[in-house]
Amino acid sequence: TVCTVPSALTGSALFFAAQRCIRALKTVQAEHAPPQHYTWRRNCSSAVMPRITSHYTIFPRDKDPRWEGVEMERFADEADVVIVGGGPAGLSAAIRLKQLAKEQEKELRVCLVEKASQIGAHTLSGACLEPSALNELFPDWKERGAPLNTPVTEDLFSILTEKYRIPVPMLPGLPMNNHGNYIVRLGHFVHWLGEQAEELGVEIYPGYAAAEVLFHEDGSVKGIATNDVGIAKDGSPKDVFERGMELHAKVTLFGEGCHGHLAKQLYRQFNLRENCEPQTYAIGLKELWVIDEKKWRPGRVEHSVGWPLNRNTYGGSFLYHLNEGEPLVALGFVVGLDYTNPYLSPFREFQRWKHHPFVAKTLEGGDRIAYGARALNEGGYQCLPKVTFPGGMLIGCSPGFMNVPKIKGTHTAMKSGMLAAEAIFPKVTAEDPASETAGLHIPEYEDNLKKSWIWKELYAVRNIRPSFHNYFGLYGGMVYTGVFYWILRGKEPWTLKHAGLDSAQLKPAKECTPIEYPKPDGKLSFDLLSSVALSGTNHEGDQPPHLTLKDDSIPVANNLAIYDGPEQRFCPAGVYEYVPLETGEGMRLQINAQNCVHCKTCDIKDPSQNINWVVPEGSGGPAYNGL
Amino acid sequence: YIVTIRVKPDHSGVVTDGVKHSMNPFCEIAVEEAVKLKEKKFIKEVVAVSCGPTQVTETIRTALAMGCDRGIHVEVSGKDYEAMGPLQIAKIFAALAKKEEASLVILGKQAIDDDCNQTGQMTAALLDWPQGTFASEVTIDGEKVKVVREIDGGLETIKISMPAVLTADLRLNTPRYATLPNIMKAKKKKIANMKPADLGVDMVSRVEVLRVDEPPTRLAGVKVETVDDLVAKLKANGTI
Repeated sequence: TVCTVPSALTGSALFFAAQRCIRALKTVQAEHAPPQHYTWRRNCSSAVMPRITSHYTIFPRDKDPRWEGVEMERFADEADVVIVGGGPAGLSAAIRLKQLAKEQEKELRVCLVEKASQIGAHTLSGACLEPSALNELFPDWKERGAPLNTPVTEDLFSILTEKYRIPVPMLPGLPMNNHGNYIVRLGHFVHWLGEQAEELGVEIYPGYAAAEVLFHEDGSVKGIATNDVGIAKDGSPKDVFERGMELHAKVTLFGEGCHGHLAKQLYRQFNLRENCEPQTYAIGLKELWVIDEKKWRPGRVEHSVGWPLNRNTYGGSFLYHLNEGEPLVALGFVVGLDYTNPYLSPFREFQRWKHHPFVAKTLEGGDRIAYGARALNEGGYQCLPKVTFPGGMLIGCSPGFMNVPKIKGTHTAMKSGMLAAEAIFPKVTAEDPASETAGLHIPEYEDNLKKSWIWKELYAVRNIRPSFHNYFGLYGGMVYTGVFYWILRGKEPWTLKHAGLDSAQLKPAKECTPIEYPKPDGKLSFDLLSSVALSGTNHEGDQPPHLTLKDDSIPVANNLAIYDGPEQRFCPAGVYEYVPLETGEGMRLQINAQNCVHCKTCDIKDPSQNINWVVPEGSGGPAYNGL
Repeated sequence: YIVTIRVKPDHSGVVTDGVKHSMNPFCEIAVEEAVKLKEKKFIKEVVAVSCGPTQVTETIRTALAMGCDRGIHVEVSGKDYEAMGPLQIAKIFAALAKKEEASLVILGKQAIDDDCNQTGQMTAALLDWPQGTFASEVTIDGEKVKVVREIDGGLETIKISMPAVLTADLRLNTPRYATLPNIMKAKKKKIANMKPADLGVDMVSRVEVLRVDEPPTRLAGVKVETVDDLVAKLKANGTI
């Protein structure tokens, strides 16, 4: 039996003494120190491979002699509702809960934990906000000073070829039409939501990441525990080691955004994905530029598809002219993560796209001031899991309510948070919750979702993304959209399927041709490392890498041998590098965890599904300012 | 502390809107030292002080979470805040030290945004107190303080009498993390609010910033094949 650390403070002293005895005996009996080196004799290397992973989720601390005698008890506190993630969904849920509490004059303790050092620092999006959910949450948002400063005035859509541009008319009714929407800097918008939430009395704790889900005896969710701090890079405790804190709640909401790491665990634990397709994703890379005033057209929205991607790789670009005082444009590139060529680098496609004459003419003479990247959902309706389970529920981009052809997910994320709050409120404030499990199970949330406009919207566009999986690729998909969405509004009786897991789509490297990318010119396109520096990302250096590998030998044996190490190319922050071994022949994987921008692409696209992204010490990660 | 710094378009300063502000690392070390001295029972109470706009209270809370007993927020905002420099802060600290009857004023040796390294020294001068700057070790011995200072030539040990001003250097200690339970407890600790005028301090600055520019981009070097080429190039650009 495994010596588990009791997570409640109600264990008796005798129990602890017994635990210590058993633990001591076990370490005396066997040498369970995790191996520092192991030899690996296979095709790619004939030398000793140094250990990469030291995180306690792979090497549990109760078997590790270096943790003998370290105090592992945690301080615990109770709230009514705990929310993981300070993004649009989490904050909307918190705000709605407090609004209901104020209306009905009830007391409610709502705690929100966020891994970024301040609310909005890990937020990245285009973004064109549809104000529908905001109008419901704060009808007086303008008076409150919400940073929606740029109404959309012009909407352009193009198909790009290497040198030319084919304009596509933006007819009303097409999903991409943006009339009535606002171009926002989502980081600033989320920061504003945070301020509104604090005014309403929500306890917000930025800089503390939820690292572990806690369970009651009956299997329902009890709450979360924040990350431990002060663990050295090799996994041993430092002098400043401090255990995280436990936050217990009647209901816990998980709003971690696209591909959350706790959500990944919950899907398995509660079998939430048994009746839906596996989620498919894309990676979005974004930059902010200050451009020449003469080229600035505030309120202009430009989207493109086509070059530099081939017709079978889903993706496209966006370029939005903001109206916030200085001539700022937000631009970026999205690549579907179901791409098949392991030599494709989304970052370099983005840099290459900026050289297209239509884009270059806007950027010439400008200065790049910010960079970032994040994975986003592309699955839509077919990939929605069960969103409620005993003790908790999933909100926002975590289950994935993004409307892919509209490329908008903020309004649906906010609405899902609000619906969750409305379903929870009567239950947590009731005298007798009448629940079978210690953590409340509130299936009404899922019913509310199904009756709301989120469901109708996602149902109507469900076939657009999967329609790209045909011989004509992009063009087939556009024809399908024109016929079945624009004319028939998604009422066709069939539902197309996606292609399956993104990580299974890569073809072996020997079947594909390497792509020749142009060198960055330092004016329009840039190299990876200077881009990462602009993201402001940083992590405490002396901590175990949070990009954990289930098996340290697989990257060289599988990823490098068969796919030529695609993680070197799909990571937008240069975390993964294959470097030659110091002695002997062959390569090893080097993980530069400090560069990580928390985009989650590696966890999604790793063909061996060997990488498990876990949360690093709180406050680490990018420092986006209004991205 | 990694932040991308951008100069404002009007060259009057650096963009600070939306940029995450955090406690100066040397001040973290100073707070840690103060809390350690309290834990060793050499001092009875630790008061955390910061001057600036409302956001500064977040930093004071972090200090409270690390173990300080109460906080004082001296509110300075707008034009006064932009013009605020070490002299104004030193005047405020001197006034507070007298008001609170402090036996020690501990600061970080310098702020990493302006690298002035002046506030501690000015505070000591205004109070006419002894100063132990660049401290890498502090020991209290009765009414005196033994300070090991990091200087260019090595380490200098001095003994000064209290009340005194100390400034913390990097190797003084390793600051503890402000854990979440402590942040929650810190919400209950008091932070008093006051203005510089309440302390009789005038915030007028004698320094005016004329212009802020980014450092010039580093130009690529030029490689030459022979020594004669090198001499010719150096003559051509007027170096020799």
